[in-house]
Amino acid sequence: MTLLSDLFTDYTLRTVALGSAALGLVAGALGAFAVLRRQSLLGDAVSHAALPGIVLAFMITGAKTPLVLVTGAALAGWAASLLVMLVVRTSRIKLDTALGLVLSTFFGLGLLLLSVVQHSAGAGQAGLDRFLFGQAATLVGDDLRTMSALGALVLVVLTLMWKEFKLLSFDPAFAGSLGFPVRRLDVLLTTLLVIAIVIGLQTVGVVLMSAMIVAPAAAARQWTDRLGRLVALSGAFGAISGLCGAVLSSLVPRLPTGPTIILVVTTVTLLSLLLAPRRGVLAARLRAARQRRRVRIESVLADLYRLAAQHREPAAAPHDIDALRTMSPDAGVRAGLKQLAAQDLAVADPDGRWRLTEAGLARGRELVGGSS
Amino acid sequence: MSAPQLEILAIAVVTAAGCALVGVFLMLRRLAMLSDAISHAILPGIAVAFFVTHDLASPWLVIAAALTGLLTVVLVETLTRSRRLKEDAAMGLVFPALFSLGIVLITRHAGDVHLDVDAVLLGELAFAPFERFVVGGADLGPRHLWVMGGVTLLNLLVITVFFKELKLATFDAGLAASLGLAPAVIHYGLMALVSVTAVGAFDAVGLILVVALMIGPAAAAYLLTDRLGLLLALAALLGALAAGLGFALAVWIDASIAGCMAVGVGLVFAAVFLTAPGRGLISVLRRRRRQRWEFAQVMLAIHLLQHEGGDEEDEESRVEHLHGKHVGWTPAFTARVVDGARQRGLVESAGERLRLTERGRAAAGRALSGVSAQPAGS
Amino acid sequence: MSDTDTPAVRVTDLTVAYGELPVLWDIDMDVPAGKLMAIMGPNGAGKTTLIKAILGLVPPAAGRVEIHGERYERQRRLVGYVPQRGSVDWDFPTTVLDVVMMGRYGALGWIRRPGRRERDLALSALEKVGMTDYTNRQISQLSGGQQQRVFLARALVQDARVYFMDEPFQGVDARTERAIVELLKELREEGRTVVVVHHDLQTVRDYFDWITLLNVRRIVCGPVAEVFTPENLGLAYGGRMDFLQRQAPTDPPPDPQDAFHDYGRIRP
Repeated sequence: MTLLSDLFTDYTLRTVALGSAALGLVAGALGAFAVLRRQSLLGDAVSHAALPGIVLAFMITGAKTPLVLVTGAALAGWAASLLVMLVVRTSRIKLDTALGLVLSTFFGLGLLLLSVVQHSAGAGQAGLDRFLFGQAATLVGDDLRTMSALGALVLVVLTLMWKEFKLLSFDPAFAGSLGFPVRRLDVLLTTLLVIAIVIGLQTVGVVLMSAMIVAPAAAARQWTDRLGRLVALSGAFGAISGLCGAVLSSLVPRLPTGPTIILVVTTVTLLSLLLAPRRGVLAARLRAARQRRRVRIESVLADLYRLAAQHREPAAAPHDIDALRTMSPDAGVRAGLKQLAAQDLAVADPDGRWRLTEAGLARGRELVGGSS
Repeated sequence: MSAPQLEILAIAVVTAAGCALVGVFLMLRRLAMLSDAISHAILPGIAVAFFVTHDLASPWLVIAAALTGLLTVVLVETLTRSRRLKEDAAMGLVFPALFSLGIVLITRHAGDVHLDVDAVLLGELAFAPFERFVVGGADLGPRHLWVMGGVTLLNLLVITVFFKELKLATFDAGLAASLGLAPAVIHYGLMALVSVTAVGAFDAVGLILVVALMIGPAAAAYLLTDRLGLLLALAALLGALAAGLGFALAVWIDASIAGCMAVGVGLVFAAVFLTAPGRGLISVLRRRRRQRWEFAQVMLAIHLLQHEGGDEEDEESRVEHLHGKHVGWTPAFTARVVDGARQRGLVESAGERLRLTERGRAAAGRALSGVSAQPAGS
Repeated sequence: MSDTDTPAVRVTDLTVAYGELPVLWDIDMDVPAGKLMAIMGPNGAGKTTLIKAILGLVPPAAGRVEIHGERYERQRRLVGYVPQRGSVDWDFPTTVLDVVMMGRYGALGWIRRPGRRERDLALSALEKVGMTDYTNRQISQLSGGQQQRVFLARALVQDARVYFMDEPFQGVDARTERAIVELLKELREEGRTVVVVHHDLQTVRDYFDWITLLNVRRIVCGPVAEVFTPENLGLAYGGRMDFLQRQAPTDPPPDPQDAFHDYGRIRP
């Protein structure tokens, strides 16, 4: 288990793993609310829009400390969402158009600034482009501390304001009638989302960050129907994906961190969509199949009963399978008969004809009704 | 401007026009973010086609990209239809995953070729003049110009030929379906065009700029006109303008061409957003201010009308009574409203009170027309 | 000691405009305490807007609202609200009990979580509306009538003196409708006031004591026996206000609530 011991002893690996786990946790938790409030694409816009903020922060302060860059990213993300709202509220341009517009122009501005910075002298600017796709390997203790502090702050606020955010997300009109300042709560929750996004930009990059908001939440939603568990599970999925993705990318050569994490979390989501016990696709198919089987059994049983009821001695009247087939257009008569036999509701004579047992007759009476 | 610069400009302008044409339909159908999704998601398709053909100029890349683009749309819709995800979440899930797949494929297997990730995002417009389209030994110009020119012509052709159908399907899907125009065919046909345009453009201008060029000029044009034909033409024009502006900017400050062009789109949009006649922000604010005044004056007239002949007419027609009675009616505001109403001949002063003129009464009555009789029992 | 003179709800000169399009004009309305009142009018008449304006959810251009003699902002704890069923996404991951307990959030104030007491109140409200069996059920599994009952239970735990309900009978089965009417009458017996935006002209006489007819302007407000007449109905549902048409700008004004709710949603 050298991997496990490496996680503890290898500074870089440990930092990368912890950082990725932290970002996954916070992004997952806030992502649950974002997805519920239909803000998935806003997350995408904010991530892309953060790029010029990051570069500007560097250009203005000359510093590349994580706090500076994160602040720049957050401010730019905020400006972007405000602009989106302005455009939507004062013109006939719809939300999705405004998002795409702001996203791409802000990002373009980021690229512009990045190229300007790269041309001007100074080795200090090196490494800013890691925010495009993320490079977890560049995480150092300082980054980790900033991420953890901000992440902890976000989670604390989320926990404190839990019922307010729940109410806001479910029924903002009712919240307003109770006297809660709905606009301000909305701003607060969106701010937490923006912070969660900018925490992860160094690891996953601006282009892919939106998936860290959406995927863990989408996965968690398949497993639970309770908001508390949803948020917790979403955070857990995010953390695990972050951790696995980061570790995987450090083990396998030429595997960039950001995309690896995204692929891991998407796999988790797809598996959840398929395998979750109640909402999962497989579970739904099984339920449907079981339902079909039950309907088939009951239909064959009822048909047998009707045939038998035409005789004076119902118990003694065996019937040919073909007679049953004419009564029911469904192709599952033989299978239905087998299942009836397995449940001791019908029995086959040596000559291949079928009749109901006592139990079967009783059941048939229930289903069909009337006197026999 | 040097010849290579001219060529770059030409490529940029043609690309902008081609993107704007499909972008208009994306915007009208509320699928703007699909441009973002598709342009990201075609990456694995391009990567795989490249590995097979080892040729960046191969038409297989276009086909693979178009197919991947359609696949994206299909995946998003399947997820949405399963009712386990909403549309926006489905989109936010599918395209980053596909894009990540593409990046992983590229960095793992193609590290030594210039299909690198930065180029994908940013394009290589600066190098575009170096890739020539050579037929039978004759240099016909930059390859990208031919590719994007072809794509743009294709878009133009499809849109012209199917103009009526596209128009109907976009504005009245129900009617279109009942007339036998299969909405699915139009939808997927459009998606295929978007994918083809995206792949044609990405090599030159990069993915992000594709989104900007598809959405921005279309949105700006939408603020200027209601008619589809004019919308398309304006979008193409504004896109070309933005591309030109952006290119000039890039040359001037020596920055990334793609980034500058995206900023150019932003600037063009901002300019239109502010100054568009009727729909621009300045117009809207001016109109709202004017309407607020007129509204306030009518409110004044109606207020006077309602208390005319009533018990509290004395009270209610005093000017000071009006302060604070209505939200935001400070003494200063009230005075101005009264002045304005007086100037328009709606009210006249009678000592400290206001009285409705015939005009004022008529105006108030007109405003309330349809509910003029005195109701029983109130 | 109940002050029978002070109306439970007094609306004075209320005017609400979306953009510059007037939706409610100079509304005067007095609701006597302990009455069951219906608010009715054609579509677009401003009924829901009236409720929202009274509750402070929509800013008025003019006017005042008083609840039992005091300004609304100071009387929130006396007021209960049942919004339209369709105004929330019932896919939200939460249980029936959880939704009902939300009715106590106002009393809890900031940060405090609901506890034992809130749970008990919620459970007894659920019993009142006949939904005890569904206590821990996911709200996505409820029928329309059941959803309405949950909303009612949430209002009941607010223990309000004045209730505002927006179309509570819309889309519910007959049995639920009867149950809701019984509940409303019980509230009235307890001295509470209930104001209901209603849509069914047939049931007005059976269900309500008072009625306000509305069509951007107040047409009439008074006891059903007196004012629920064909003439007044004609005034309310007859001619529309062409003032609305003439004031309309080039494009329909954006509903300020839309940007709020539809954040991030892609429509087909």
